[in-house]
Amino acid sequence: MYAKRSRFLTIMLTLGLAFFYIPMILLVIYSFNYSKLVPVWGGWSLRWYKELFQSAEVWSAVSLSLQIAVVNATFATALGTLAGLAMVRFGRFKGRTLFGGMLVAPLVMPEVITGLSLLVFFISLNQLIGWPAERGFATITIAHITFSMAYVAVTIQARLTGVGQTLEEAAADLGAKPFKVLTAITIPQLTPALISGWLLAFTLSLDDLVIASFVTGPGANTLPILIFSRIRLGLRPDINALATIMILVIAICVAIAAIVMFRQQRADLLDRQMAEREES
Amino acid sequence: MTDFTEDMPEPLPVKQLPISRQFMRRIQNRWRQIVTVVPFLWLLVFFLAPFFIVAKISLAELAIASPPFTSLIEWTGDGIMTIRLVFDNFVYIWEDSLYFDTYVNSLKISVTSTFLCLLFGYPIAYAIVRSGPVAKPLLLFAIILPFWTSFLLRVYSWMGLLADQGTINNLLIALGIIDEPIRMLYTEFAVYIGIVYTYMPFMILPLYANMEKLDNSLNEAAADLGSRPTNTFFKITLPLTMPGIVAGSLLVFIPATGEYVIPDLLGGGNVQMIGRVLYNEFSRNSDWPVAAAVAIVLLIILVLPIMVFQHYQGKASEEQ
Repeated sequence: MYAKRSRFLTIMLTLGLAFFYIPMILLVIYSFNYSKLVPVWGGWSLRWYKELFQSAEVWSAVSLSLQIAVVNATFATALGTLAGLAMVRFGRFKGRTLFGGMLVAPLVMPEVITGLSLLVFFISLNQLIGWPAERGFATITIAHITFSMAYVAVTIQARLTGVGQTLEEAAADLGAKPFKVLTAITIPQLTPALISGWLLAFTLSLDDLVIASFVTGPGANTLPILIFSRIRLGLRPDINALATIMILVIAICVAIAAIVMFRQQRADLLDRQMAEREES
Repeated sequence: MTDFTEDMPEPLPVKQLPISRQFMRRIQNRWRQIVTVVPFLWLLVFFLAPFFIVAKISLAELAIASPPFTSLIEWTGDGIMTIRLVFDNFVYIWEDSLYFDTYVNSLKISVTSTFLCLLFGYPIAYAIVRSGPVAKPLLLFAIILPFWTSFLLRVYSWMGLLADQGTINNLLIALGIIDEPIRMLYTEFAVYIGIVYTYMPFMILPLYANMEKLDNSLNEAAADLGSRPTNTFFKITLPLTMPGIVAGSLLVFIPATGEYVIPDLLGGGNVQMIGRVLYNEFSRNSDWPVAAAVAIVLLIILVLPIMVFQHYQGKASEEQ
């Protein structure tokens, strides 16, 4: 579609972007406010950042959240990739409809339902086999893997259908064993999707409040649980400071992911152009 | 060109192949089984099984025990098994107007927010599709970026804007438009803002993916034949973007119906939504059987939209 953008569309786009970004920009600006009352300006200051860095509670929540996010992202990427391969490459198999349904449902399932059901599951499991005796790191991580692997699977499926199967077939026809095909062709082809899938699972885990609140135990506070317990009572300048740091970190991660994807797309395009030139 | 390659005869020597191919296929099958079984088992255990436990608890009675509900299956003396199913929890939800009204209110809020997301998201997605090759990826990036930042903090950012002493009220008072702050935080209005703000990317992205595939020559042909732009929009563009509209609307509607954080932070105690009631029922009252029944009813309401979404998602991945 190369038709021109009408004035109406340009106005809507501008308003939309303003709507998206003004609240975030204000959030960042007020983090540098000296005043204890967030919307009352009391001059520029780094006071709340200092307070934030001195809070042991914040540090332990950050550390727990990061650990969960890394373990979750790694397992979710592995499981999501296998699931994506099964859905795209294996045609029809027994239980495919159920499998596909369970892969898509977590994308839209209300978090309160997922959280509640996992909590009663862990409690029943504890009665049955004595594990998990304590809820915390392990239960939150398992819960996160379960919903983030669905997002990874979607990313992998899109990439697999995008690159097609020709190279894999060619390698197999030339005598490569299945394992060789996997390591020499499939995984390199999937790399950009693996990276963006890992990052997606990582941020989903860092972001989750509701499911973690259900399946956590006493003492195990993730960062969103800590933030939520503070902002429930109203505006807090130290949370503005925390938000600014988180936005910065995520912006850097997303920028890296975008560059990787962009490069891969360009490389794919060049490959295709070369191939077309050789054909003609 | 594709037809040509498909019609090509297989260029490989045929004689040696059957045996090695069979061998390969056997290894491949084993490998395939492992690849499928591991994630399948994970989802069966940690996604599907928990729902059955919730269903089981919803049919039990509250008991002073840990966990606080009765067992459905009881063994009496000589190994006779009796199963007791209690539907009281569902009757209670149906008869208590608090629950009924909350379900209706949740649906009202999620349907209205979905419509608002579509109303504003559609032109935004269309504007991105019609942007130049340089602006397009940047704009798309600008839409995706808030989607990656913390949901909780995006909701929090509106608390600062909407509060009685918040940015909007301060600005309006400074400009002399109002004398008294308008109450916006802890109202239904704030909940609408919060849902539209946080769920908008879920509407824009499927719409964009769908519109990107449209063929502009159809619009040109319609224009050449004398169709006015509005007529072309309703006769051609809108019907062709229906899959995107359905996918985007369901991605907003289904999770928004069960939303907990937004009604809690922006609605305070004034806006009742079922996700919030469920959470409170569970954590404060610890009436597990009723909470489980509330969850099951919510799931029953959402099962049809979820299946429609799966259908569209499946079709979309096959088309790619």
